[in-house]
Amino acid sequence: MTSTDQQPFLSVRDLKVHFSTEDGVVKAVDGLTFDLAKGKTLGIVGESGSGKSVTNLTILGLHDRDRTAIDGEILLDGKELLTASERELERLRGNKMSMIFQDALASLSPYHTIGKQIGETYRKHTGASKKEARERAIEMLKRVGIPQPDMRVDDYPHQFSGGMRQRAMIAMALVCDPELLIADEPTTALDVTVQAQIMDLLKDLQQEFGTAIIFITHDLGVIADIADDVLVMYGGRCVERGTKKEVLRAPQHPYTWGLLGSMPSLDGPVDVPLNPIPGAPPSLLNPPTGCRFHPRCTFTEKIEGGLCSTEQPLLKITDGRGAACHLTADQRREFFADYAATRSH
Amino acid sequence: MSNTNPLLDVTGLTKHFPVMGGFPFKRKIGAVQAVDGLDFQVAEGESLGLVGESGCGKSTTGRLITRLLEPTGGSIKYRGQDITHAGRKQLAPVRSEIQMIFQDPYASLNPRQTVGKIISGPMEINGINPPGGHEKRVRELLETVGLNPEHYNRFPHEFSGGQRQRIGVARALALEPKLIVADEPVSALDVSIQAQVVNLLQELQRDLGIAFVFIAHDLAIVRHFSERVAVMYLGKIVEIADREDLYDNPRHPYTRALLSAVPEATADEVPSRERILLTGDVPSPLNPPSGCRFRTRCWKATEKCATEAPPLVQVEGNREGHLTACHYPEVKETVPAPRLSKDPGVTA
Amino acid sequence: MSRFLVRRVLGALVILLIISAITFGLFYAIPRDPAMMSCGKNCTPDMLAQIRHNLGIDHPIPVQYWDWLKGVFVGRDYAGFGNCNAPCLGYSFANREPVLGTIMDRLPTTLSLAFGAAVVFLIFGVGAGMLAAVKQGKFLDKFASSASLFGSSLQIYFVGYVAMFFLVSKLHLFAQPSYTPFTEDPVSWFSGLLLPWLTLAIIFTANYTRMTRSQLVEQLSEDYVRTARAKGLSRANVFFRFAWRGAMGPIVTVFGIDLGVLIGGAIITESTFSIQGIGRLAVDSVNKSDLPMLLGVTILSAGAIVFFNIIVDAVYALIDPRIRLA
Repeated sequence: MTSTDQQPFLSVRDLKVHFSTEDGVVKAVDGLTFDLAKGKTLGIVGESGSGKSVTNLTILGLHDRDRTAIDGEILLDGKELLTASERELERLRGNKMSMIFQDALASLSPYHTIGKQIGETYRKHTGASKKEARERAIEMLKRVGIPQPDMRVDDYPHQFSGGMRQRAMIAMALVCDPELLIADEPTTALDVTVQAQIMDLLKDLQQEFGTAIIFITHDLGVIADIADDVLVMYGGRCVERGTKKEVLRAPQHPYTWGLLGSMPSLDGPVDVPLNPIPGAPPSLLNPPTGCRFHPRCTFTEKIEGGLCSTEQPLLKITDGRGAACHLTADQRREFFADYAATRSH
Repeated sequence: MSNTNPLLDVTGLTKHFPVMGGFPFKRKIGAVQAVDGLDFQVAEGESLGLVGESGCGKSTTGRLITRLLEPTGGSIKYRGQDITHAGRKQLAPVRSEIQMIFQDPYASLNPRQTVGKIISGPMEINGINPPGGHEKRVRELLETVGLNPEHYNRFPHEFSGGQRQRIGVARALALEPKLIVADEPVSALDVSIQAQVVNLLQELQRDLGIAFVFIAHDLAIVRHFSERVAVMYLGKIVEIADREDLYDNPRHPYTRALLSAVPEATADEVPSRERILLTGDVPSPLNPPSGCRFRTRCWKATEKCATEAPPLVQVEGNREGHLTACHYPEVKETVPAPRLSKDPGVTA
Repeated sequence: MSRFLVRRVLGALVILLIISAITFGLFYAIPRDPAMMSCGKNCTPDMLAQIRHNLGIDHPIPVQYWDWLKGVFVGRDYAGFGNCNAPCLGYSFANREPVLGTIMDRLPTTLSLAFGAAVVFLIFGVGAGMLAAVKQGKFLDKFASSASLFGSSLQIYFVGYVAMFFLVSKLHLFAQPSYTPFTEDPVSWFSGLLLPWLTLAIIFTANYTRMTRSQLVEQLSEDYVRTARAKGLSRANVFFRFAWRGAMGPIVTVFGIDLGVLIGGAIITESTFSIQGIGRLAVDSVNKSDLPMLLGVTILSAGAIVFFNIIVDAVYALIDPRIRLA
């Protein structure tokens, strides 16, 4: 990143991912744009079916190519990934870009030792010998905080505890010093004390290696802890983007307000009921017209002419900040102030 | 709480799962001490939260109270009646008053039964014929939990996760229970749906006066839902108190560490609680540490902690009803816990 | 592992003991008098009583069973018939020979038939299943699925006779099915058994195709397969080292059971091609009411199934380290 400061490290432009299923076409991702610089963490927030996981599998090229129609562009360090050949992608995966998943037990092979699984990534991309790969695996296990790494390297995943498995998966993802790490809900299945350990580990490693991280989660608390920038997804689209501070302190989209209102806090008032979003996330087979959030939105009557159900609000981004909503900036400020008042003591 | 007759009175509740092994004939060679000597009460209409990390025994406790599991020791009294080892017949009248809501809204409903059949099932089994018939009652229940009564003849797969959990709630309500044991009732749901179900349960608790044992790992949700909260670690209650006391003035080091680990959705530069990183993993319940079970991960542990198990008592400085099992309880606004190494696993 | 094997072998012996006791009780409850058959036309009541005594069938059934069990370990002398050395599984009055001897004569034939067919159906069944899984939803998958459905709906007696008529009698493509010991002449061993192998394998092939396909399809959607791809491993590498590894367990389990059953005799195949194996022996024994022989064959079959079950469990543990044997 010396002379290419103009060009972000990862750049996703108007990405569309549509699968064909027996019931019809699922518009899992429908026009997503974002950038990510080296050494930075982008938090992607969304519920099930928001398209957040699909987006990241597509970056790695792990989607089912026969059934998926993709449009847009994904540039990694200037290289177009969507048109790259399978061989080129295989060289990048696990090497320049890697991924960690939510369920470490299911995501590690039960048939191979931890050391072997870490080592084979290293061998594949560096051509190292078995012995070198094993040493590298021990070094990585030590790096992610596994006690007695020279013993545990020969264990199988089921012999590890939940937190250690996630550490092992991180070791596996980082064995080739990737420049992009995609973490898909890596702490969701873990207990809070272990989650805290894992997030500290990721932050340390990022500082050390300057890795760019995409961190997918549904938990705004986790976002607050780890992200630099935040992208909120709903129904396959980005509804709000900004820095962590901007999004958490002055969210501009009613969906983000709803997410915040759905989460009880450790020191908020206990007698007021939570403020949930009514209804359920949309089916992407047959998404709502206009703004995809409008059937669950409590502000649609503030917009004249029923615009919310007929016209898709555009996401206008200035200086990395923006929200896709028909409400005016003044309205947003006013309504969020009302909302925030109900939440404070 | 304990001055009047509690609805549920649990003393010394213990559950050990045998571990088989040996050669050449398998026999019992040990026991997983899933739950080891719990004491707590639940008053009528009250909500008690059980929190703790995986493997702490909170779900086992729920299954013991509802008698889905047979206790190894201790006693469970419901309205003064000992149901610890009650047989099928003795249990029948109590069963209808204690109901359970499960975590997985997909696995806990029979996919081949209509919603009407699922909800009226408990009434049929217990031979209860409400005025106006089962169908009328089921429609009422569907309305109570916020579902369309017209969906009586639909099947579970036609509903979303949140709606299925509502069906599970309606089923639990069918017998007009006095106590509902809810085991992680919202953890499988999306954030926006979680809040809907939490609000529903809270309405039921208030409007129908149902007591809850609310089991969850999410500390913020438990705080929101339960007036009193018990923190479990390795099969034991380490601290139990009214929620204000527990969350604002945690006395057990584990409670404090647990609370400090919860990430909060704020963009403040300085976190409201200093984070305490616990080292290593929870020890095996097969062979728990002697004395205080938390001592292997505690930054205050001494010789005494290894030899003497701290009793769950009202330690000095606690308000009434705030019990803590610790020899060296935390004191508010004193020296903060030492920052442990950034990389806790290495030293473990 | 050795602890596991010792424990399982002990368990297997108990199972065999129970099976033999039940079978013994059932067979001897059948109102057929083997003494009568041995006595011949000029039978007198005295002779009959003598023969009964010699055969040991004048005792109550529990005592007879005890004698039989003792014979397994120390041998037995059937006065007037012959000596039966340990391990003595009984004496066939119809053949006038110890049961075990006859079984050992027939066993190589059945083993050749079973293992030969197994090689055929494993190669074709598993191979077709793999292809179908790789080409999921494509023509090859649909073709393999239809073919396996067709194959599993065929019957050996039908396919066998049709094959005999066209391929052997009319076109002379195959040799007349027969058994020649491998040690005697490997070429005739092979050519004589080729048609029975192929015929016997047809139905199994279809089952293995379907099973392999469904197992692999399931494995290919596992999270750890996706992780392996995310590491940059190639499709082929992931297929064989991850997905196939996971699919093997259930296939090995079914294979073990199938093999155990086949050792007990491929009755229809052996009858169709007039091959003198265990299956044929069982049929003949039924026709001749040769109860001791039937008891022997039953115990052999049970033993084979129990034996392969132990092998399957041990192999399963080798494939899947999560399964601990102790």
